[in-house]
Amino acid sequence: MTIEELEQIAESVRLENAKFDYEVNVCMDLACASQGAEKLREALVQAAAASGKTVLVRRTGCMGPCSSGPLVRVDPEERLYHHVNAVHAEAIVSSLGGEAVPGLQCDLNEHFDKQVRVVLENAGHIDPEKIDDYISCEGYKALMTALLEMTPGGVIHRITESGLRGRGGGGYPTGLKWSTVAKAGGDLKYVVCNGDEGDPGAFMDRSVMEGDPHRVIEGMAIAAYAVGASKGFIYVRAEYPVAVARLTTALREARRRGLLGSNIGGTTFSFDVEIRLGAGAFVCGEETALIASIEGRRGTPKPRPPYPAVSGLWGKPTLINNVETYANIAPIVRNGGKWFANMGSERSKGTKVFALTGKIANTGLVEVPMGIKLREIIEEIGGGVPGGHTFKAVQTGGPSGGCIPVEMLDIGVSYDALLKMGSIMGSGGMIVMDDTSCMVNVARFFIEFCMTESCGKCIPCRAGTAQMHTLLTRICEGSGTMEDLELLEDLCATVKETSLCGLGQTAPNPVLSTLKYFRNEYIEHIVHKRCPAGVCAIETGVEVLA
Amino acid sequence: MPAFTPPPLPSDDKRWKIVNGTMRKSGFARHALIETLHTVQSSFGYLDDDAIRFVARSLRVPLSQAYGVVTFYHYFSLKPPGKHTVTICAGTACYIKGSDKLVAEAEKRLGIKQGQTTKDGQISLMTARCVGACSRAPVALYDGAVAGEAAAEQVLEQLERWAVE
Repeated sequence: MTIEELEQIAESVRLENAKFDYEVNVCMDLACASQGAEKLREALVQAAAASGKTVLVRRTGCMGPCSSGPLVRVDPEERLYHHVNAVHAEAIVSSLGGEAVPGLQCDLNEHFDKQVRVVLENAGHIDPEKIDDYISCEGYKALMTALLEMTPGGVIHRITESGLRGRGGGGYPTGLKWSTVAKAGGDLKYVVCNGDEGDPGAFMDRSVMEGDPHRVIEGMAIAAYAVGASKGFIYVRAEYPVAVARLTTALREARRRGLLGSNIGGTTFSFDVEIRLGAGAFVCGEETALIASIEGRRGTPKPRPPYPAVSGLWGKPTLINNVETYANIAPIVRNGGKWFANMGSERSKGTKVFALTGKIANTGLVEVPMGIKLREIIEEIGGGVPGGHTFKAVQTGGPSGGCIPVEMLDIGVSYDALLKMGSIMGSGGMIVMDDTSCMVNVARFFIEFCMTESCGKCIPCRAGTAQMHTLLTRICEGSGTMEDLELLEDLCATVKETSLCGLGQTAPNPVLSTLKYFRNEYIEHIVHKRCPAGVCAIETGVEVLA
Repeated sequence: MPAFTPPPLPSDDKRWKIVNGTMRKSGFARHALIETLHTVQSSFGYLDDDAIRFVARSLRVPLSQAYGVVTFYHYFSLKPPGKHTVTICAGTACYIKGSDKLVAEAEKRLGIKQGQTTKDGQISLMTARCVGACSRAPVALYDGAVAGEAAAEQVLEQLERWAVE
């Protein structure tokens, strides 16, 4: 495979698509699929055949605003239809070339205008099971450019220049990580993609793996070339069967096209990727636990150093990055580090994909430039809190993150700003809560999660989360005391400072952030024996008058 | 040292051949333990003692280690599932939208706790950590098929349909 051959494939796809006057793209991501998108697609194919028009009906990955699904986009008119089902198929096909179907058009200009699509540039435009579709969108061009025109050092320089930081949550500079692995000795090195999206309430990585799997594979191959690895693993949650199937197809297609395997592009570079299934353990998102799991063992973390970059999978230097990090690589190599660094804020470059969910009008996937205000994401892109309720908090970073109150919404999104607010960027879950959510109960929910998911290796996390859960349950039930609150804060500090891995070190964050911003709710539970949001069932013998 | 001969298949059930195939693909390497257990569970629905013993011997992994792995990961089940399974997602977005009430309703209707199967073996009630359909929260899965914006009435209706089968 050469760059010319890639261009030939892209050209033949364009010629093939030019045979059709219209393209009807049907979103087949989980949210739309669960509402009959497959039946809709079949109906569109039938309607198209009966109409005599030349219509290409294509299945695509996530188009974004899942709450408006099933979604259909018609090209070249670029019309987006929402809440479509099979009965609309004929109307859509007969409207092609004419006026839009009345009442079906999705009017979400504000939702889309503020977004910048880098990672999701192809989502909603290509068939994820067709490698040639990806190639026609400049796919694998970055890999070939890297292999044929750049040195490994040159690739790392470009990534460093871009300022890209790890999208799994920690925000470690990607270029620095790559150069550490590149400098590590030994012939055998590994590249691992962390697709164990264990953070409940987040599905960005699932959507990327399902909607544009080749983008992840290309990013991994470029990384392997840069650090000198020849073997890669994608670690995916078993709860994501569609992602596993799409990646399996994508790997097979990439091998068939000679983009994986021996002597890629006629160079001496060889690289192949295997899929490894997770088995439902949140802690496996931690890199040393993930390594243990790939090796077929219980996913318990190890103290670092040594870092996986030096001694990882089977003791070999191992590069571990998250799905979204790899998905950013090809565009950076194609467009240059400076292009990427021009987006975003001072120390957080580029864009970030968020899964916007909870009590918000437009739930779904959004990609925004770093530095954007939380208020813009929630009120303009997300359409605000529905049902006449008022916004209370937005939770980022999952069980390792915190709850951000309304006073903080005008702060720009960046790794450092979120950390300062007592939360973290995390992998990108963003859950909006309104006045019907009890923040003490939310804190208990997360601590219960961490307690269940604690691997049990170190005591602060194993016993600490269990004790915190007991204290929080007591407060939720109305039997907590002010001493309990003091003890809870004390435990938070202990667990945070003395746990072995990220799970334990960040487990207190949901408690600490709610204590910081919503302390009055704790006090209400303890002193007045009442839950302001009416969530906790507090049984009191005496009626307490407020 | 004599070459390692894997143990014979536990029975002539064809599914063991699929399990053996997974192990053979990796050359009976120890690191294939989790992959193999996945194959057993997808073929048999759960992992029983015989299966764990067979996989451990085939891969030359101590039985304690194999059992340790099975019990460490939530995805693996030591009990056979019911004929039908309803799974309520307990991820954050689903929790915010009241999935705990769905679980409570289902528990009440079935007379079992989450993670259990009805005595007649008809229905299992499970919870999931997150299935990634958060934008449609709260989410229920009926035999694996995702149903978004699930209301208690719909879940109970589905349970009724299964119960009279």
